[in-house]
Amino acid sequence: MISFSHVSKRYPGGHQALQDVSFSINAGELVFVTGHSGAGKSTLLKLLVAIERPTSGSVIVNGQNVGALGRRAVPFMRRSFGLVFQDHKLLFDRSVFDNVALPLQIAGFPGRDAARRVRAALDKVGLLKYETAMPITLSGGEQQRLCMARAIVHRPAILLADEPTGNLDTDYALEIGELIRSFNQVGVTAIIATHDQTLLARLAPRVISLKHGALESGGAA
Amino acid sequence: MRAWLAAHAGGFGAALERIAFAPLGSALNALVIGIALSLPVGLYLLVSNLQAASHQLTAAPQISAFMALDANRAEIAQIEARLKQTPQIAAYRLVPREQALAELKKSSGLTDVIDGLPQNPLPDAFVIDAADPSPTALEALRDEIRQWPRVAHVQLDAQWARRLDAGLRFSRMVAAILGTLLGIALVAVTFNTIRLQVLTRREEIEVIKLIGATDAFIQRPFLYFGALQGLAGGAVAWLIVSAGAYLANRSLGELSHVYASLLQLNALTPGDSLALLLTPASLGWFGAWLSVSRHLALIER
Ligand SMILES: Nc1ncnc2c1ncn2[C@@H]1O[C@H](COP(=O)(O)OP(=O)(O)O)[C@@H](O)[C@H]1O
Ligand SMILES: [Mg+2]
Repeated sequence: MISFSHVSKRYPGGHQALQDVSFSINAGELVFVTGHSGAGKSTLLKLLVAIERPTSGSVIVNGQNVGALGRRAVPFMRRSFGLVFQDHKLLFDRSVFDNVALPLQIAGFPGRDAARRVRAALDKVGLLKYETAMPITLSGGEQQRLCMARAIVHRPAILLADEPTGNLDTDYALEIGELIRSFNQVGVTAIIATHDQTLLARLAPRVISLKHGALESGGAA
Repeated sequence: MRAWLAAHAGGFGAALERIAFAPLGSALNALVIGIALSLPVGLYLLVSNLQAASHQLTAAPQISAFMALDANRAEIAQIEARLKQTPQIAAYRLVPREQALAELKKSSGLTDVIDGLPQNPLPDAFVIDAADPSPTALEALRDEIRQWPRVAHVQLDAQWARRLDAGLRFSRMVAAILGTLLGIALVAVTFNTIRLQVLTRREEIEVIKLIGATDAFIQRPFLYFGALQGLAGGAVAWLIVSAGAYLANRSLGELSHVYASLLQLNALTPGDSLALLLTPASLGWFGAWLSVSRHLALIER
């Protein structure tokens, strides 16, 4: 479903973020990408959705060469992913409900069905009672769950999450972990960048480990 | 097709929300645009009306021949006979001085003043239609009649009508230039409004782009906003010009019933009105498009 072959990424300015990385991931897998800070985890996720393009090598998702995708095709490719960003990227000028509704609006989902799906997603992450609240009034853990709701509301085939337990206490982190596990159990391929050892121990996923931009272990499927 | 309609309805709705979010600013923008647009449009309306009136005049150029004040009946009959014999004259009409005075009394409302006059100050006059309405033929005829005995003054109506027409053509050009300049200004103003909107919404644009929004989806609310702002400006201009024409007609009507049909300002035609609404709307759309495509390119990824 996903394959990296000999992927290198050098940022303008000369920093080599990824170096000859090859691996593949099958549909339905739960994969953690681990490594020290600066190892290239975020870069790897960004290459999957063409936020960054590889300097060399190819990134294939569902038979599409994402690295060579035309500008116009990128938005449609991104809709098959659910994205949880390291820095949340919530819109603080609109309600919890409206934040979750965003991916459906973008995909042109008709209003009534959309509202039903938004509530289902909020219910799933335990935030239904906050649908009219503004995101700023939520705790860190709740904001993170809000991000999860926005990521899965349009039922993507692949969930990408970058440090989803970033600044959370263990209990909150494990809640997020359970959510990831439940999505994965219904068939969503999940790729999570993290260095959260508790989460690793709890979910026992396949681990792809990076070190200074090179693949350290976990390349073979 | 339905998805396309829904997408546009969504963009339109988002634009309305942005207007509703800043109602005062939006109203002021529409007002400024409308006032600016009402200048060339009002001038255009005035010129078109005067032009129609002056064409009526130039289409049937007439010669007015005024007799000397002390010309007697025999002398007038003599002139009338000469007019009858002159082949270059198609028709003529005598306006006796008593009738002219009565008309003046009726139309001017100066009954008391006129009644107070010791004698009728108006001469007898002939209104003459030439067989050949070409300017040279008219001028030759005028010069001939001028030499007839007891004819005090001969006036060719077409002359001032032609001058008026030339003046009106010039005014029309001024209106067109003014309209073009204001059209450009409207595009520039919209460009700037949208630029500021894109900048203040930069974060939102980045986020929705990351989660799969197409450029078209992002642009639509801005485009509709530009179009609606132009449309509102056009509507304000329409109101101003229509109200202006209405008020002008009321006072013109009071001024003189005689001239009313000539000096009537016809309101904007449905076609003109439609153009007055759609042109600023398209210019607003265009300005927004220029702006949003330029500024979205700066927010890459
Ligand atoms: N936009 C960028 N421009 C230049 N260098 C970058 C950029 N993004 C990341 N880097 C560098 O690439 C390396 C890998 O970064 P990243 O993929 O974010 O690592 P991680 O997510 O594992 O912490 C880091 O050294 C970082 O400084
Ligand atoms: Mg990172």
